[in-house]
Amino acid sequence: MKVKVDGLNFAYNGKDVLKDLDLSIRKGEFLGIVGPNGSGKTTLLKNMGGVLDPDDGLVFLGEEELSAMPIKKVATKVAALQQETTVGFDFTVREVIEMGRFPHLDRFERHTEGDERAVRRAIEVTDLEEFCDRPVNQLSGGEKQRVFLALALAQEPELLLLDEPTASLDINYQVRIMETVRDLKEEGLTVAAAIHDLNLAAQYTDRVALLSEGVIKVIGEPRDVLTGKNIADTFGVEVEVEDSESKGSIHIFPRNGNHEG
Amino acid sequence: MNRARPKVTFLVLFVLLAFALVAGVAIGPVSIPFRKSLLILTDKLPWLEISGLPSNFQAIVFQLRLPRVLTGLLVGSSLAISGTVMQGIFRNPLATPYILGVASGGSAGAATAVVFGFQSSYALPIGALIGAVTAVTLVYRISWSGGSSSSYTLILAGVALSSLFSAITTALIFVAGPYQQHRVLFWMMGGLWRSNWTLFKIILPIVTVGAGVICAWSRDLNALALGESAAAHLGVKPDTVKKTLLGIATAITAVSVSAAGSIGFVGLVIPHILRMIVGPDHRVLLPAAALGGGVFLVYTDVMAKTIMQPVEMPVGVITAFFGAPFFIYLLRKRIAGGKMR
Repeated sequence: MKVKVDGLNFAYNGKDVLKDLDLSIRKGEFLGIVGPNGSGKTTLLKNMGGVLDPDDGLVFLGEEELSAMPIKKVATKVAALQQETTVGFDFTVREVIEMGRFPHLDRFERHTEGDERAVRRAIEVTDLEEFCDRPVNQLSGGEKQRVFLALALAQEPELLLLDEPTASLDINYQVRIMETVRDLKEEGLTVAAAIHDLNLAAQYTDRVALLSEGVIKVIGEPRDVLTGKNIADTFGVEVEVEDSESKGSIHIFPRNGNHEG
Repeated sequence: MNRARPKVTFLVLFVLLAFALVAGVAIGPVSIPFRKSLLILTDKLPWLEISGLPSNFQAIVFQLRLPRVLTGLLVGSSLAISGTVMQGIFRNPLATPYILGVASGGSAGAATAVVFGFQSSYALPIGALIGAVTAVTLVYRISWSGGSSSSYTLILAGVALSSLFSAITTALIFVAGPYQQHRVLFWMMGGLWRSNWTLFKIILPIVTVGAGVICAWSRDLNALALGESAAAHLGVKPDTVKKTLLGIATAITAVSVSAAGSIGFVGLVIPHILRMIVGPDHRVLLPAAALGGGVFLVYTDVMAKTIMQPVEMPVGVITAFFGAPFFIYLLRKRIAGGKMR
């Protein structure tokens, strides 16, 4: 599903967070959103997911305008994975993943064969078969994050929003989550992800949008966006960018002595 | 996870319920043999006709004990459902049906009715209802701004208003005469002795409709266990769910409080026990808690009637007597398990 954001404005407590922001995401594209803390990444994602209503501007999911859709219908097309989700009470892994079918069901409707299939597939893709009957709260951070990815997949979305999905995970789980998402993208899922780790963004995304002070400064292929100059301008830190053609990706590391004077 | 199957749990609860019905009408100052009680109850079924039942027993069963048992069921159910909703919405295991000020508002209302000399037997319930609704309305108005409210604000406003209304009640008791003091205190202890068919017929539709609507929203309540933001991404409107369910839960609590005073611990403990047995899925938990709460209150009421015969204890004493130790046990277990949240 292609996504278009048109002149989006959003203020929080009187402070402009997003300023007349335009953005297009192609169908089946993995877009990374990078930018300093407070640049509006999370707010942008929440506006794209219909969780926050823009003060001004429109979001199009495919051909449909988001604010004209009931929130339950939005949730059949858009799912989200947050940095951290806490579960009240001892719901099992399966119970949490089954909640992903909520937007597809009427108040008293029982799970159909289609619902079961979606849940089964979400469990398969995230490799959670052996965890199904365990309470989510007993899992490690990395395992939990896979459960919430499975919950999002059980929604069978066309757009997946990720908000720093791997920020608190070790490298093993970071890679697993990113590779799962990339595989899903190959199957046609559109992905927009706020990512702190510039190297992770460079390695897995098709395009990167550099967000600063509520507007997109640059958007394009990681190689063209994550340049030393762009990073210095927005993050205020000097970096070296190494373009390793052989690995097909770029590597960014900070220069020593950034904060000596 | 070791969880009881819902079917087994409901079967057990229904058996306990049937036994509670019979025990509730059989046990009291005048003992009616269980077999006779059962016959008197089944005699009312349209396709059965049983002859030779003593008419004085029939009168005790139908005019005194049955309305009391049924009112107890409704009150216990609504407290347990309401407690489940509060714990679910606030994601806090310590939430009770009274967290938004229903009980202290009800007490203040009842005390006002007594102290200002209203003598009718309905003065107390009506005063309590007005007090409960006033307190909760104030809590809502204080904490709701721009269509949304944080759970913390709601709980804190509830705590603040509760102490304000408790102060009013204390002041009223302080200025009241001994007879009035007795009436207010008696009411505050909570009990089912005022039950009659009229009262039952008033609260029956409110509690059943309220409980039905709450059960219809169980999936929304489940989603809310993931936090408001994650729930919103599932297509739940957190503010709508909170407003609707807190409103209904408070309404059925207010009705229960006006019928039976502020009976403690049913709304806190029953949801916990059943969550341990059937798990946290509200589609199963809510009806199970409704049954469990109702049955629990009927049994404790039977104990309240018999434990100190011929004097009747307030049922609130019995529920707390069993509820408090259990609650302390839960608390200790949570601390020991490092799961205090």
